[in-house]
Amino acid sequence: MQKLQTPAPWIVGLVVAGLTLPATGGAPHTPGLQGDAARGAQVYAANCGSCHSLDANRVGPAHRGVFGRKAGTAPGFAYSPALHSARFVWDQRMLDRWLQNPQALVPGTRMGFRLGDPQRRADVIAYLRQLSAAAGH
Amino acid sequence: MDKIITSRRSMVGIAGVSVLSAAAIGVLGNVPALARARGKRPGVAAHQGDIDILNVALGLEHEAIEAYQIGAESGLLEKGVLDLALLFQGQHKGHRDALAGAVRQLGGTPVNAKNRADYMVSLNIAAIHNQTDILRLAQAHERGAANAYIGVMPSLGGRDLAQVCAKIAADEAAHWSLLTSALGDKLPGPAFMFG
Repeated sequence: MQKLQTPAPWIVGLVVAGLTLPATGGAPHTPGLQGDAARGAQVYAANCGSCHSLDANRVGPAHRGVFGRKAGTAPGFAYSPALHSARFVWDQRMLDRWLQNPQALVPGTRMGFRLGDPQRRADVIAYLRQLSAAAGH
Repeated sequence: MDKIITSRRSMVGIAGVSVLSAAAIGVLGNVPALARARGKRPGVAAHQGDIDILNVALGLEHEAIEAYQIGAESGLLEKGVLDLALLFQGQHKGHRDALAGAVRQLGGTPVNAKNRADYMVSLNIAAIHNQTDILRLAQAHERGAANAYIGVMPSLGGRDLAQVCAKIAADEAAHWSLLTSALGDKLPGPAFMFG
């Protein structure tokens, strides 16, 4: 568990950036953003960690190795029919679209959580990518 | 640990005040407006997206209730902390009942809790060795839950449902704040601590 310290400048920047997002939270897909895995680990813990763990299926599926994995195939997790029948691999672009609005990407999925800020999405994806690389996926 | 005990005394005093919010949340399960919000589109299918989101949230509440129960039965919690854990658990039960009621009003079937063995694994209870570990687990869960409710609001079909989630998120944020204080952690400086 990270200690909450004086905020780094990037946090302030993200908050200011967040204020400029549309009310729908629908920030446009921004493929050029550079993600930071260390920041992504923090964002993951704070925003994804209520439903997901890296190595255990909880409310949502386990995430270690998700980057590069075919959608709907985490072992032992009971997916919605929509995600179970999805035919794509979780890469940078698909994860970004998913975190931006999962129900727009896969209508019928049970996940409704949106991570509106594009930089935080990039950071989380960088973190998941790093985990997959470390796991040899 | 001394810091935790000192903070806990003031925390328990504050916590007694929030019983009212648990009662208020319990009433949400009878809000007919939830089902009327999308009444122009007939059938369960019109609400399926909301039902699914609320059921995910309900799963989160089941997990929180069981986590506090495991903590309460652990023998690791001092009396004041135990009282607080049971108070928070009671509020999560209020959230559970409100969400289950909303799911039923929308024509869906509320998800059931998993069994204890599943939660022992998914919450990594084997790593819990003392009171601080339990408080850290609860702190992380409450923060994640507050963020989860905030994060699903744009996906919900009606303002009534979003309001329900906002009320629950406020409870989770209050829990997180008290746990953070008890652990002696500093609060973040900037605005927008959640979401």
